[in-house]
Amino acid sequence: MKKFFSLAIFILLLGNMNIALADLNILSCEPEWASLANELGGSHVAVHSATTAYQDPHHIEARPSLIAKVRRADLLICSGAELESGWLPMLQRQSSNATVLTGKSGYFEAAQQVSRLDIPKHIDRSMGDVHASGNPHVHLDPRRISIIAKALTERLIKLDTENTRHYQQRFDKFKTRWEKAIKRWEKIAEPLKGKRMVVHHRDWVYLFDWLGIEIAGSLEPKPGLPATANHLTKLKQTLRDNPAALIVHTPYQNNRAARRLSKLTSTDVMELPHTTGGTEQTETLFDLFETIISKLTGAIK
Amino acid sequence: MRSTLLLVVITLCAWQPAFAAKSNFNPDISLILDGRYVSYSNTSDYELPGFMLGPEAERSGQGLQLGHGELSLSANIDDMFYGKLTTAIADHEGETEIELEEAFIKTLALGNGFSIKAGRFFSDIGYLNNQHTHAWDFTDAPLIYRGLFGNQLIDDGLQISWLAPTDLFLKLGLESLRGERFPAGGATNNGSGAYTLFAKLGGDVGISHSWQLGLSHWTAQIENRNAAAHEEATATPEIPSFSGDSTINGIDFIWKWAPKGNKRERYLTFQAEYFERNENGNIELINSSPLETSTYDGKQSGWYLQTVYKFKPQWRIGYRYDQLKANNSGSDINTLTEAGVNDQGHKPTRSSLMLDYSHSEYSRIRLQLSKDDSYPDSDNIIMIQYIMALGTHGAHSF
Repeated sequence: MKKFFSLAIFILLLGNMNIALADLNILSCEPEWASLANELGGSHVAVHSATTAYQDPHHIEARPSLIAKVRRADLLICSGAELESGWLPMLQRQSSNATVLTGKSGYFEAAQQVSRLDIPKHIDRSMGDVHASGNPHVHLDPRRISIIAKALTERLIKLDTENTRHYQQRFDKFKTRWEKAIKRWEKIAEPLKGKRMVVHHRDWVYLFDWLGIEIAGSLEPKPGLPATANHLTKLKQTLRDNPAALIVHTPYQNNRAARRLSKLTSTDVMELPHTTGGTEQTETLFDLFETIISKLTGAIK
Repeated sequence: MRSTLLLVVITLCAWQPAFAAKSNFNPDISLILDGRYVSYSNTSDYELPGFMLGPEAERSGQGLQLGHGELSLSANIDDMFYGKLTTAIADHEGETEIELEEAFIKTLALGNGFSIKAGRFFSDIGYLNNQHTHAWDFTDAPLIYRGLFGNQLIDDGLQISWLAPTDLFLKLGLESLRGERFPAGGATNNGSGAYTLFAKLGGDVGISHSWQLGLSHWTAQIENRNAAAHEEATATPEIPSFSGDSTINGIDFIWKWAPKGNKRERYLTFQAEYFERNENGNIELINSSPLETSTYDGKQSGWYLQTVYKFKPQWRIGYRYDQLKANNSGSDINTLTEAGVNDQGHKPTRSSLMLDYSHSEYSRIRLQLSKDDSYPDSDNIIMIQYIMALGTHGAHSF
């Protein structure tokens, strides 16, 4: 009888293996934060991402599987700045998990750690899907990632004080490698400075701000709205007076509008990975920036 | 009273711009505007053979009209509670009616996956029931929801639910409800006249598919559930009234597909629900003289199946099929016939086709065509509807 009970308990525990093996069970809203958590947490964290590079993080459904994941998470890492306002509040409320509510130590908002661009002076829905707290896609500036990594390390330590040394050491190592990489990337990306590019959505603002690339226009007439023929014609006129080097879009964005504008203006189109995972050579954050910069510099040669 | 409420509504709306930079101290405000054009090919009195219809189940009028407006306030009250209030604003025979649709609090931090909700809320039975009408894929409720719940089961009470700590989504819940509103009718047992049980299971299959399966149970001991007056419009119309035991069991299944899980571009959903109800008791016709009464043994069931395909980021098309069945009996067939529960061999069915366009996620315009054979006088219905959402974007459930 006793044996039976131990077996039953063992099987029950097996179901919760994820939690049992790692000290912190982390769920990230977007893949980039899962990558960062893995860099900083190493073997002491079990990390899942709620979305992939092929999914639009503005439009995710509060699916049953995600509710189940939030229920068991010790820490939620999200971009914030209202990027996930269409689905995250629902997950937080449905999951009955008090630790990951906004404002609690189990909820980490990356965009809140850094200064943000595109903060509107005045906000109105007729401007499209704009965020009052500014552009949320902060992860595409590696300098901002440095700041976020430091804040995230502090959070990991707060939640798992026993492993303070482990997290501190991993952060120091990451910081050294990261800052070295930033210097190298900045050097390689030198030729991109002053170049003009058309974007699908303003997800590239932070990258362009870092590298000195100018946004020549957006395929979306308003943030969140699909391209219209009228808008593309206007873009064509803009580009005729002041051409762009490239049209870029992310893997989750349909390339139809980009191709149409490309035909109208004979500007090249490029699918550029905007986050880790999903596409080739974007496994880590290092790979991601390496790939982005080599693709962009390759295209303007 | 009405003008005070209206003033509150206007004031709240006027506040909205200040709320744009949302802080945690301010409630989220959401306003739904809904307007329609409706055309019926048949204008005879609507009935659903075999089912006693509740007050909310009547069809909307013909022509241009306002639909179901909604004003909703919600916020975390503190770190322990979340609260929400929703008022439905609709025109009814030329009078503007403001109905309190939801007014509940919900715990946020009970721990171990437990959660308690108290107040007035949409019951969690079935799949569609706890969704607001503006989130529905079709303009009107499935026939089985119209027949059993008067479109939606709303009640006052208490809900306890538990979410299992497993990778598979498993949620179990229990509701103890006042049971005053249709279809319970009569708050027996000191105001805890209806109970529900529900279980929901769900998960993903690969990256592109997700599903949910639900089981529901509802039971009440009913005292005088009055139905809408049946036909004869006299000064003192005869009103059918049921007293007895009533139980409803249901099963629902949802399956959704989106390429690589990216529902922005394209998705396909499949949704089906089945409910059956068993009732045992008596029916009498209030105001009849001499009093017409009959024993009543009611068995009703029904299902619908719908599929919606988003073929372009702003465009969706959908098809729904409804079917009901009633097998009711009792001691006096005439009384049952007058009460509307004698289906006289008619099996209600309906087919609906919809096409909608969403300029952004806040605005939607929909065309719905229905071939309605839910009552013996077959009907072709054309509905054109707009649904617009102002204010804070409320997250929708699966």
